[in-house]
Amino acid sequence: MGSTHSLRYTHLPRHSRGGGNPERRALRLRTWIPAFAGMTKVCLVTLVAALAALTLTAPLAAQDMLPPAPYAYKQLADPAQERKAQALMETLRCLKCQSQSIADSDAPMAGDMRHQVRTRIAAGEEPEAIRQWLIERYGDYVSYTPQVKPITWPLFAAPLLFLALAAFLLRGRFRRRKGA
Amino acid sequence: MSDATPKKGPGLAVWLPLGLFAGFLALVIVGLYWPADREVSSAFIGKPLPAFDLPPASDDRPGLATAQFKEGGKPRLLNVFASWCVPCKVEAPQLAALAQQGVEIDGVAIRDRKEDVAGFLAQYGNPFKRIGKDDLSQVQLAIGSSGVPETFVVDGKGIIRYQHIGDIRQEDIPLILRKLAEAQ
Repeated sequence: MGSTHSLRYTHLPRHSRGGGNPERRALRLRTWIPAFAGMTKVCLVTLVAALAALTLTAPLAAQDMLPPAPYAYKQLADPAQERKAQALMETLRCLKCQSQSIADSDAPMAGDMRHQVRTRIAAGEEPEAIRQWLIERYGDYVSYTPQVKPITWPLFAAPLLFLALAAFLLRGRFRRRKGA
Repeated sequence: MSDATPKKGPGLAVWLPLGLFAGFLALVIVGLYWPADREVSSAFIGKPLPAFDLPPASDDRPGLATAQFKEGGKPRLLNVFASWCVPCKVEAPQLAALAQQGVEIDGVAIRDRKEDVAGFLAQYGNPFKRIGKDDLSQVQLAIGSSGVPETFVVDGKGIIRYQHIGDIRQEDIPLILRKLAEAQ
């Protein structure tokens, strides 16, 4: 016989069960079943309609048929170079899926960018040179690591300013406590 | 003790949290109604086309190399497309119209198979003089293009003068023609 506990967590009982309280609860639940079933049906219909709509628009998400670039998913043989490449790839924005790094993205274009990064690192290019190459083409947006530039100085100055402000605001407290 | 100072009313400071919240709300509303521009425009406008030499993507059109852009003297369109790209199909009639008006269009097919390009051109028309096959998106990355379709106006000296992001609509044609004229 099911306990009170099992009544709550297993599927709804369709026949009466032993015991007083659990049985009453089962009865109450049974009256709800039609309502639940109705809602479930509506949900299912909506889901099927949504899926059908998705299938119809599927070509919009069409992707190319080519295999990924050779170094899209293949690491460089030299672990030191691969480490460099990985560190860089984690700080480059995928342009197709803009809140992901190219290291995180499975977009074909991100794969091509990883290929580009790895082959250039393998050819001995410095990571920062590759970053600059991309910034020249896509602007600062392509780099997750902010560049020190006239327009970005608040980014670097703000923590210092806030520290100074905090010190200024707190100086009275320290002084008072010393006096007490 | 801090009680040494005379007790004041709550003052204006009591509104600070509400003020902060209102400011935050305003920020959210601005972000919702005027979302940031997600298009990444090329920073390579005004710069010469980088060196590339792509093999042909189609059997009846030659491949595409940087040198060809420098010999002409007449501005051309460089259309970045792919057979698997739906807006590229939408854009095809506009490219055909431009080609009919005497605009020379070169294509770069991104991550595409020859048979797919052939099928695409057979179905939607072939406005291209040359089509390069860019299997690793190398030219796309080199000119700062972040998707398909994109169309670049390249002047007779091989300098990129304008970038159109997304498919060229009917209403974009005058703009494209103007940019081509400006690049003369």
